[in-house]
Amino acid sequence: MVWTIYISFAGALLAALAPKGKPALARWLALAVAVAGLAIAVAGYAAGFGHERQVFVDAPWVPSMGIHYLLVADGISRVLVLLTGIAAVAGVLFSWNIDLRANQFFAFYLALIGGVYGVFLSGDLFLLFVFYEIAIVPKYFLIAIWGSTRREYGAMKLALYSFAGSAMVLIGLLAAYVTAGSHSTTLAALAGAGLSVSFQMWCFPLVFVGFAILAGMWPFHTWAPTGHVAAPTAASMLLAGVVMKLGAYGCLRVGIGLFPHGLDPWGFTVLGLASWRDVFAWLAVIGIVYGALVALAQTDFKFVIGYSSVSHMGFVLLGLMTLNQIGVDGAVLQMFSHGVIAGLLFAIVGRVVYERTHTRQFAELEPMHLSRRLPFAAWAFVFAGVASMGLPGFSGFVAELQVLVGAWRANPWWTIVSGIGIIVGVAYVWRALQKAFFSDTLPTAHELEAEQAHKFAPITWPEIAGVALLGVCTLVVGLYPRVLLDQIEPAVKTLLAGGVQ
Amino acid sequence: MNYAALFHATLPETALEIAALLVIVFDLGFLRQAAIKTRIAAAALVGIMGCAAAIWAVYAAGWDGFSAGSDLLLAAGGTAAVAQIAILVLTALTLLLFIDTGFTRNPGEYVSVVLMAAAGGLIVSAAQDLLVIFVGLELLSLGLYILTAFAKRCGNSAEAAMKYYLFGGMSAAFLLFGFSYFYGITGSTNLHQIVLYLATNGNGTYPLLILAVVFILAGLGFKVAAAPFHLWVPDAYEGAPVPAVAFIASVSKVASFALLLGFVFALEHILMPDAGFWIRFGAGLGSIGLQLFWTLLVWSLAALSMVLGNLAALAQVSVRRLLAYSAIAHAGYMLLGVASYSGEVVAKLPFSQPGSTTNAVLYYILTYGLTTIGAFGVVGVVERSTGSDKLDSFLGLNKRNPLLAAVLLVLFLSLAGIPPLVGFWAKFNLFAAVLAVGAGPIPFALVALAIAFSAVSLYYYLQVLKRAYVLPAVDETPIKTHPVTLAVLVFIAAAVVVLGCFPSLLQNWIASFYA
Repeated sequence: MVWTIYISFAGALLAALAPKGKPALARWLALAVAVAGLAIAVAGYAAGFGHERQVFVDAPWVPSMGIHYLLVADGISRVLVLLTGIAAVAGVLFSWNIDLRANQFFAFYLALIGGVYGVFLSGDLFLLFVFYEIAIVPKYFLIAIWGSTRREYGAMKLALYSFAGSAMVLIGLLAAYVTAGSHSTTLAALAGAGLSVSFQMWCFPLVFVGFAILAGMWPFHTWAPTGHVAAPTAASMLLAGVVMKLGAYGCLRVGIGLFPHGLDPWGFTVLGLASWRDVFAWLAVIGIVYGALVALAQTDFKFVIGYSSVSHMGFVLLGLMTLNQIGVDGAVLQMFSHGVIAGLLFAIVGRVVYERTHTRQFAELEPMHLSRRLPFAAWAFVFAGVASMGLPGFSGFVAELQVLVGAWRANPWWTIVSGIGIIVGVAYVWRALQKAFFSDTLPTAHELEAEQAHKFAPITWPEIAGVALLGVCTLVVGLYPRVLLDQIEPAVKTLLAGGVQ
Repeated sequence: MNYAALFHATLPETALEIAALLVIVFDLGFLRQAAIKTRIAAAALVGIMGCAAAIWAVYAAGWDGFSAGSDLLLAAGGTAAVAQIAILVLTALTLLLFIDTGFTRNPGEYVSVVLMAAAGGLIVSAAQDLLVIFVGLELLSLGLYILTAFAKRCGNSAEAAMKYYLFGGMSAAFLLFGFSYFYGITGSTNLHQIVLYLATNGNGTYPLLILAVVFILAGLGFKVAAAPFHLWVPDAYEGAPVPAVAFIASVSKVASFALLLGFVFALEHILMPDAGFWIRFGAGLGSIGLQLFWTLLVWSLAALSMVLGNLAALAQVSVRRLLAYSAIAHAGYMLLGVASYSGEVVAKLPFSQPGSTTNAVLYYILTYGLTTIGAFGVVGVVERSTGSDKLDSFLGLNKRNPLLAAVLLVLFLSLAGIPPLVGFWAKFNLFAAVLAVGAGPIPFALVALAIAFSAVSLYYYLQVLKRAYVLPAVDETPIKTHPVTLAVLVFIAAAVVVLGCFPSLLQNWIASFYA
């Protein structure tokens, strides 16, 4: 499974060195690398059944500081590596039409993917941080060079938010490393170092917020909508699909795994909040409702999806804060589910629709009657939208249900308020569907004429393949969630029991 | 005094001086009629051979140092050896950058001044006596003033040199004044004698000592470009010719930090048996000892440099000035390490243990020097073809010279501290060492401040990279680079990546001098 990292970076290097004028070469190279990564991820995932924790590489990296080049995987890592593989392939398919500096585009793209694989497979906190930071810079360039609407602003905002978050993580990392005696930075060693409760109490929120910035936790989410909207399609698919998961994964693996006592009650209450757990759970709940409400009011199609990401990531964070088996299972499952569904939504909006209509404003999309002119896009969006609403049979349903059940056990109010978010979620998808694809007004004769004169480019095979890949994934997981849960459950169980294995 | 021993101990300096003379002889004697390109290349080549000989001489001189009687005048091995070798390597690199320049018609003089200044750097890194320190420092500084003014046809260069010289002269005066207090109090110019004297009868001299320490820190703060003694930095960096700036930003910094470390090292050398001494001779003012006072001073310089350097860099439009302010910020990070080092001395941690603060500060200054030479190399190339070092002259660099842009990307990201580049390791190493020594609220707050401000620094480094990669080019004509310059830049970028991926290489090398 570690080869996912190496071939991604090797592919990035090859793409960067590829001759300039040949976008097709870079494209096929990237697709080959992404597919190879996915194949390894699938094989690794299949081989992982029945194994709790696999150690792939364990070599001393900086012996004097106890830093190990340690690559491991448990069920959670394997699920997320699988997600990364899927998102990577889909992303390449939906960037098939990139001609501008294509070799550089795919070089940054694959470097980002390599970093993401690395984070999910790291068993050493330091190594995890290194990979986490490696993923920041390519994001900036992907958005700033190939993006759209206010791309430089969105890219810089994203880079600074990420870097500020990782600065917080670095402070926490250094503090934990030094407090634990500067012997080792492996997660297992740090978790077993017996960090004092008072230390965990202040280090946990620092690290958790640092990671949660990237997971789009309210009120630190504002990079997400602007970043997603500014990003080129593939980058917004990756941002929503896997990069936000980096944050959530860090919250789970480092925040909760290393500083479990940071979630203990403070011993006093402020505004009814008695622990960091309450604080972050309520922030997550606010994120769910707020994201959904704001999505309802957008006039830009892509902003709707951007805010819906904030809302859905709220479920992940809420699931983590339930601290019970079913809730955290749901959170991990939601990471996978949202990665696939958000990828699909962004692909449809950014690639299938925008590249043809050159607008994302509902007011301009309405008179275009896209359901007739782009039936593929319309029905794909219906499919993705229904999955996003959380209808039974799709992955989102299983995931969010588990989170809500877990939250009910922890604090029923969390579930009740989040329920509002789900209802609004149905509304904004419905509204987007209607405004963008199925408008009520009949086309006028003039509009029909214009349609005849200006036909949209036909749907290409990479688009169909990409939609099919993501669609099948959400359906399979929705119909047979055990395929992921069988690996997630034991890993979550170990993690919650205090062993950060 | 044993002159044979002195000659043996100063073999590296001698090698540099001989090379400096040879350069002049070659240039003015044999090559006077030759084309300027040939003269520059020949002078640089002789200079580099001089550096190579001096590196050999560092090893040949051994680790005995030089003592007059019982007083150690020149240290050898340890910090001194690491700094000396680094100075020589970095000097050679800046000489390579000199090959593709046209700011002077007197390459022989330029190279020989560089070599003599480097010799001053070598002395400074090893000196254990106030007079030797001062002589070495002046040899280094006078060379730097001349180098700054070397572009005679350029007004900026003269202006920068004037400012540098005036500030430098003043700071030298401060330093000398502080030294004179030490001499006056203790009757000796030898660091070890001074410390010994203070350890036994230092109680009555407390206020004077404070004054001396403040003056000395002001003088050294100027050399390492720490705020509030930084005013010369942006102007000198902006006006001086590029190879000279690279020399000032790397070699002179390494020498100055080695001197700072040497100061504290000298104290430790004597204090090993009785480490509680600092606290004792601060007894006149209750629990606040001189050691704490020194630490507080260095902390405040560090904090001020980080904040001021990083914030001022945000507003720059000239990349040279931007790098100047970032140099101030980096000096701030390193001063954190220096401050902890003095704490480490008292805490009697084994200073030779890898991962300790000396090691970390040396690691930082070495890698920073290397990176900054590369950064100025790129700025120099861009400046030569566009005529300006403004941010906008980097527009479309990726189109105009992809390799150069890639080097810029690596170096600037390393300066910003993005892993897996070496700049990140330097920071991590340093901060971990600082926290490991003094785990109190103040060191922790300062480290947190430093990390927060590295996040700020990413913004201005990205401003340059954004122009190189993102914004549309105004002028798309390719930028040509001299093959030697390009090779040096690619070598530096590769070193930044390799040392970043395998940080133990350099760490172990440094640690090997403390064995």
